[in-house]
Amino acid sequence: MQQYETVIVLTPLLSDEAAKEVIAKFRGVLTDNGAEIIHEDNWGLKKLAYPIQKKTTGYYHLIEFKAPGELINKLEVEYKRDERVMRFLTIALDKHARAYSEKKRSGAFNQKKQQTEEVAG
Amino acid sequence: MAREQIQYVTAPKVEDNRKKYCRFKKNGIKYIDYKDANFLLKFVNDQGKVLPRRLTGTSLKFQRKVAQAVKRARHIGILPYVTDSLK
Repeated sequence: MQQYETVIVLTPLLSDEAAKEVIAKFRGVLTDNGAEIIHEDNWGLKKLAYPIQKKTTGYYHLIEFKAPGELINKLEVEYKRDERVMRFLTIALDKHARAYSEKKRSGAFNQKKQQTEEVAG
Repeated sequence: MAREQIQYVTAPKVEDNRKKYCRFKKNGIKYIDYKDANFLLKFVNDQGKVLPRRLTGTSLKFQRKVAQAVKRARHIGILPYVTDSLK
């Protein structure tokens, strides 16, 4: 059961609950096929660095989950099928990435210290 | 006084000889998060291009991680592919 992290960018045209419904659909795809969702992060509407499909803002959502390998292909086919999803990115998390995400979830404050330390460094 | 009259034909090569170090090894950072835009901005010049190692001094292993993180950030629209005034 590899750990994955997927970020999806939804088109800003749809209303808030429509966006929630799209995300619920993908969450359903995950949980139905035996994935275990660890963490979800909703960044909401954010300004894009360059226009995607003629739109300058996107509705970001991040899902971190544990899943068997072959589920990823199914998930990505679902993404491609749904035209409300403008962009998606799914990556496998190696051990450093997993440690980073745990630390970020649990110790948000030392993340700040690590940030300032990075700035200083 | 004489200093002002000297016109250099080629710009004098000012080399800052402060010892460059890999900030990832020094700070013990193991993972570069592609979602963290303002951290990645330090490794990108104002056109949005990835800075070379000789300027940032990062080691080869982490330069690859930085480049991959920047490319992922560009893909999901956090960093631009090309721009003229990023900073």
